Amino acid sequence: MYDVIIVGAGICGTSLARELSKYRLSVCCLERENDVADGTTKANSGIVHAGYDPLPGTQMAKLNVVGNAMVEQLCKDLDVPYRKNGSLVLAFDDDEMKTIQTLYERGVANGVPDLSILSGEEVAKLEPNLNPVKGALYAKSAGVVSPWELAIAQMEVAVQNGVELYLEREVNGITWNGESFAVTAAHNGETESYEARYLVNAAGVDADTIESFINEPPYHTKPNKGQYYLLDKSQGNLVHTVVFQCPSKLGKGVLVSPTAHGNLIVGPDSVDQPDKDDVSVTADRLAFIRNAAARSCSKINYRDSIRNFAGIRAQSEQDEFLIHYSPVTNQMVHLANIKSPGLTSSPAIALEVVEMLQKAGLVLEEKDSYQTTRRFPRFRELSEEEKKRIIEKDPRYGRIICRCESITEGEIVAAVHSPVPATTVDAVKRRCNAGMGRCQGGFCSPRVVEIIARELHRAPESICKDKAGSYILIGKTTKGEEKA
Amino acid sequence: MFQYDLAIIGGGPAGLAAAVSAWNEGVRSIVIIERDDVTGGILNQCIHNGFGLHYFKEELTGPEYAGRFEQMVAETSIDVKKQTMVLNITPEKMIYAVNPTDGYFAISAKAIVLSMGCRERTRGAISIPGDRPSGVFTAGTAQRYVNIEGYMVGKRVVILGSGDIGLIMARRMTLEGAKVLAVVEIMPYSNGLNRNLVQCLDDYDIPLYLSHTVTDIRGKRRVEQVVVSKVDENRAPIPGTEMTFDCDTLLLSVGLIPENELTKSAGIPIDRRSNGAIVFDDMQTELEGVFACGNVLHVHDLVDFVTAESMKAGKSAAQYILYPYQHTDQPVELQNGPGVTYTVPQKLDLTAGEAKTDLFFRVNHVIHGGTITVQAEDGTVLFSRKKAHMLPAEMEKITLDKSWFVGHHTATVSIQEGANEK
Repeated sequence: MYDVIIVGAGICGTSLARELSKYRLSVCCLERENDVADGTTKANSGIVHAGYDPLPGTQMAKLNVVGNAMVEQLCKDLDVPYRKNGSLVLAFDDDEMKTIQTLYERGVANGVPDLSILSGEEVAKLEPNLNPVKGALYAKSAGVVSPWELAIAQMEVAVQNGVELYLEREVNGITWNGESFAVTAAHNGETESYEARYLVNAAGVDADTIESFINEPPYHTKPNKGQYYLLDKSQGNLVHTVVFQCPSKLGKGVLVSPTAHGNLIVGPDSVDQPDKDDVSVTADRLAFIRNAAARSCSKINYRDSIRNFAGIRAQSEQDEFLIHYSPVTNQMVHLANIKSPGLTSSPAIALEVVEMLQKAGLVLEEKDSYQTTRRFPRFRELSEEEKKRIIEKDPRYGRIICRCESITEGEIVAAVHSPVPATTVDAVKRRCNAGMGRCQGGFCSPRVVEIIARELHRAPESICKDKAGSYILIGKTTKGEEKA
Repeated sequence: MFQYDLAIIGGGPAGLAAAVSAWNEGVRSIVIIERDDVTGGILNQCIHNGFGLHYFKEELTGPEYAGRFEQMVAETSIDVKKQTMVLNITPEKMIYAVNPTDGYFAISAKAIVLSMGCRERTRGAISIPGDRPSGVFTAGTAQRYVNIEGYMVGKRVVILGSGDIGLIMARRMTLEGAKVLAVVEIMPYSNGLNRNLVQCLDDYDIPLYLSHTVTDIRGKRRVEQVVVSKVDENRAPIPGTEMTFDCDTLLLSVGLIPENELTKSAGIPIDRRSNGAIVFDDMQTELEGVFACGNVLHVHDLVDFVTAESMKAGKSAAQYILYPYQHTDQPVELQNGPGVTYTVPQKLDLTAGEAKTDLFFRVNHVIHGGTITVQAEDGTVLFSRKKAHMLPAEMEKITLDKSWFVGHHTATVSIQEGANEK
């Protein structure tokens, strides 16, 4: 019997896992996929929003601003890529100047620090590569973060503090006996059972499915897809801030921004679709994104595109996070409709949920000692002296495997043996960025497969690209067979 | 810190030839820096034959071709640093590199030859729509798995792009028991050598779809289907022409990009047309003492041409080290006229180097019956030669006598089409 089961290891689940791991509790997290952060958390803009978007008085406004203020320290503690580069909302005409005035006032009401309205000239000075504008809302507290690395780091800390993570467990039933929950999950074709006194539904886009096991969800999930371009680091200095457009009758507009890793990201669009799993990209939407982005900046060179991707927003008709107790029992908390600014809000959401669980009777006693920080040495970011030292200690840090991103064998091995081990090529990429560069793993993926297989004592054919079933190799060649 | 007269970055065919050539010219302090465990570069995975017909006048496999040069290097006292990755080059010709034994270290050199080769264009670079399952490989990555690692990557295969690697892999996958359903080419002509079209596709009844492209990839985990559509003259897919192939693998042979990140780190100007450094006719870049050759300079069709170009770069680097010279600040600039994609070199120095120079270029479309023309800024025709067929897939080479350019500042290389008289 666990004290708490968390369903879902996305940004909210991992944030809560870390928060709960500070207390004397037995906590487990059940995740459907073969890695954490493998849903919406890995496929979004990675923006740390300032907090002028949500309507004043909403929980979304409060959690956004509180969350924003927490992210910087969190990323320092967890060694996660983050840049506080500020954001602009561009206004191209007088109507849009009114919109940014409204956003400014909203921001002030929400308690957003360091907000100002810039003139067209000031914007041109700050961002010389943008097209001419009338003015812009400038929010210095906005930033960019690597969302999946934040989730992974949080779960690593949680696991080191005793949280149990079970991957490839798809929850398919929940029963409540008046005191505790029995949760069933499918794993490798078998059904497993887990029991807990408290249950948190952090299943993201599938929160409604999980909620429906225990009560009728008070909302309808309308999956909404956003597509993106990711460009090479050679384009990463085109803009310095997160550049938004005004929401208008033409739509939400797309953003142009450097990422936490120094690439350039362009997107997303926003299209409702019935399927929660369809993250395909389409030629027409990519063309829409290029056209929409050209309004902000006509200098984006798509020849330097290195990847397109899409993510699904976990959203419903309400314009508010739906963080609520189950009507059946306060011992279950549902996190639904965690759309943007969900990533920014996630540290604050975790605190909110801990408080709700406490109110529902969960006893919180801090552990005498727990780990709050985590380090992941990145060779390319080390000083000359540090580089020399780390290679002396472990020569594998002197062997570059990913040429584009200068990622060493030492980092890949560290990812494979981390507290939340990387067992797939993409899991390695998410932890240490091997394969994230301009050749997209063309050179390094065979070597990454080899290292994972070697370190885990598994056959190379069993190593997947990403989710279960995404196999890379089908078997040995005739010659390969002879060699073996 | 290590000190050498000549540092060669990249131990593929270009780097090996440059090293041998500089050694033959009398340079004795040379290092080749190679990121892989072995030298030879991409030739190691090119186990088919067809290499060396021009240079060695015999047909070799890729590893055999590389082996010849490795042997020549082994007979000298050229240092070879393997498993060594160069992280940065400064304009002062300081090289910062890393390997497991020396750690993080610097090399200072009097001259540098850049021979880092190229990488493959990816799915992301051409934004192929669809799901993002496993089973989408660049042809070269698949070739590495099959030929070096000894693993098969799929059973039913569609190949996008009819460049040579794609064609070679069509045959290779077939020989390994896979079914290659189609080779798809967006252009109305193939980008591969004619002999490869015959020997790799025709001989195995593999269909080639010209003016077609991949418009959708389906499969949540592994590739399940690839959709191919016909394209119009603007290369836009034509709705209603979709063909769906049930397959588990898509190989991409959609172009090669010279890997010039280090070149850029040294501040060396790049030609956006060739994607390589701008060079003089001695293969020297605009940074004095830094030379470039092979696929890092422009993508070649044949390794034999890489060798010839790299021998020249190695020789020039040796001249520079042994008898230092500076380029004129008033070279003849070569420009691309109608029909021409790029030229290498881009600049001719009439005051230094050899009296004659080879000029490499590519045409930008299929040309039947054309005249290659080099014309000075005042209209003077300096060179003119008819040629029956010219293909973008095949690099063109002409030899120019630099004395023709005396008194001129620019010259334009172009193709006059359909003109029968000179």
